[in-house]
Amino acid sequence: MNNQQPHWLMRRKNIRKLWFGFMTILAASLIAGLFVHQHEYFGIEHSFGFFAWYGFITCVGMVLFSKLLGVFLKRPENYYQTNRTDTEITHD
Amino acid sequence: MTELAFPPGLILVLGALFVPFLAKLRTVLIIGLPVICLLFVWLLPDSYILRWSFMGFELEPIRVSVIGRLFATVFAVMTLVGGIYASRQATNFELTAALIYAGSAIGVTLAGDLITLFVFWELMAIGSTLVIWAAGHEAAYRASMRYLLIHLLGGVILMAGITGHIVETDSIRVTSLQLESIAQYLILAGFLINAGAPPLSAWIADAYPEASPSGTVFLSAFTTKTAVFTLIVMFPGTWILIPIGIYMIFYGIIYALLENDMRRILAYSIVNQVGFMVTGIGLGTEMAINGAAAHAFAHIIYKALLLMSAGAVLYRTGKRRCTELGGLFQTMPWTTLFGIIGALAISSFPFTSGFVSKSMIAQSAADQHLAIVWFALTAASAGVFLHAGIKFPWYVFFQQDSGLRPPEAPGNMQLAMFIFAFLCLFLGIYPQSLYALLPFTVNYEPYTAAHLVAQFQLLLFAGLAFFVMLPLMKRTLTISLDFDWFYRYLFKTLSMSLIQQASRLGSQLESLSRQNFARLFDGLHRHYGPKGILSRTWPTGSMVLWIAILLGGFLLLDTLG
Repeated sequence: MNNQQPHWLMRRKNIRKLWFGFMTILAASLIAGLFVHQHEYFGIEHSFGFFAWYGFITCVGMVLFSKLLGVFLKRPENYYQTNRTDTEITHD
Repeated sequence: MTELAFPPGLILVLGALFVPFLAKLRTVLIIGLPVICLLFVWLLPDSYILRWSFMGFELEPIRVSVIGRLFATVFAVMTLVGGIYASRQATNFELTAALIYAGSAIGVTLAGDLITLFVFWELMAIGSTLVIWAAGHEAAYRASMRYLLIHLLGGVILMAGITGHIVETDSIRVTSLQLESIAQYLILAGFLINAGAPPLSAWIADAYPEASPSGTVFLSAFTTKTAVFTLIVMFPGTWILIPIGIYMIFYGIIYALLENDMRRILAYSIVNQVGFMVTGIGLGTEMAINGAAAHAFAHIIYKALLLMSAGAVLYRTGKRRCTELGGLFQTMPWTTLFGIIGALAISSFPFTSGFVSKSMIAQSAADQHLAIVWFALTAASAGVFLHAGIKFPWYVFFQQDSGLRPPEAPGNMQLAMFIFAFLCLFLGIYPQSLYALLPFTVNYEPYTAAHLVAQFQLLLFAGLAFFVMLPLMKRTLTISLDFDWFYRYLFKTLSMSLIQQASRLGSQLESLSRQNFARLFDGLHRHYGPKGILSRTWPTGSMVLWIAILLGGFLLLDTLG
């Protein structure tokens, strides 16, 4: 059956359903936050959906930061290998 | 109890030497030895000490402590399950090396004096280098040599520290230190190098992914966690460990986000997870130390599980880049499921082992009102889900269909993954079983409504961030520069150019001296050569004339005088 049609998880129609399900769970976690009392240590944990927005913002920040660092740090996979053969050839 | 007084680590080290000779019995050995070792660890009475006199030192090859037994236990379990995973596929060479490596790690956890600790510490470096070597290809050999270089450096620093410490204090006891002398700083530095602390963090992601599928599983467990153990025992509450740990946490996340090799992603996340433990040790409260120890225990299991699932994929497909993988859940459903359980555990998802261990560290930061530490740890918890919890399973098992249809992992690999996946869930659901092994009494309840909601919000929205940012996270065929650039590129280029400059200078000197010698010989030739003024043959008559003049002169002087 896999030969004929992509696996059900891979079909476009179902991916939309999965997104819908995911959004529902996100909303549920926010609503659940209204019914529990977070112990205050730093005066901010009690704000609405603190852990949700803090988690989201810091993750976006980390991805952007790694993207920025990547500009400076990324090299082709064979970076050290080419370097090796280069020096060996010039040395020989 | 004297009949039991044999260091349990040595059972594995010595037993390992039989593996190459009893190849037919190797399955019996790799399962039997860790079981016997575990039995020895638990049959030793509490606070038992074995003393050996050696060259004027009172060595303590065994000193049983709660924390030592905790680490020895998880190391023995790891050896057993790792052995099951490796039993059909690994070479005898690799299994021998792995058993020596594991045995010496257990030796460290039960060592009561610094000399015993150091001997096992170095044996561990040799064992682990051989495990990398056992992969048997050129890249692995080169990586193992770079790995050995770093660990020999760490060993020399540790040795210098231990020697200085013994001279200063006349004590070889393994006990907590206050950083009062240079020697103690050197001991700390030696431990931190093995923990993967900055600046030398690159060796983990450089060397581990070059080992065989099972080799990487063994490597992930022992070296860094032995360092965590020694830090807990000797440097609890050392504040400098807090910034070091937090740096490691974010280093691991950022580099893992940039990485394309699936096992290198997981190697970076070892640094990240050890960072949580190091931060906990720096915080130093009873709860933080409990958290660090519990997290090391849980981490060994779920990280091994993650690397086992990655290793199964590598074994079946021969591919390790995220860009070449994807869609494997269709034909490797069990490996996918076990990998996801490991990913949830590393992300501290509720009802997994990571949830009950890591939260103790963040909680102790909150209890001490260390705002920056707490906010950093909380952001990092979300970041773990981002770089390991979703990224690894997503790119390997899901994303776009790579068209690969590999068969499911071999039975022994599945069994090993099943055992560890079960333990991840068991420790998460029954945290008391883990808490009972910890050094201090646990006054912590992980399963409160507030904690559950907070953790679900944090992780679910981290997941949302992942999928929102997915277009930005397109994998590229790249590696990332790290501190190892200095010794893999800069120093090498410098020494190469130094050699070239030196040889150029040499040839210049040679031609210069050739010229000078030529001039010298010319001069000699001119004066002393066949036609030189000083080697000319003079006629006898002129000699007689000169003698006559001389004698005449004397006569003249004599008559005048």
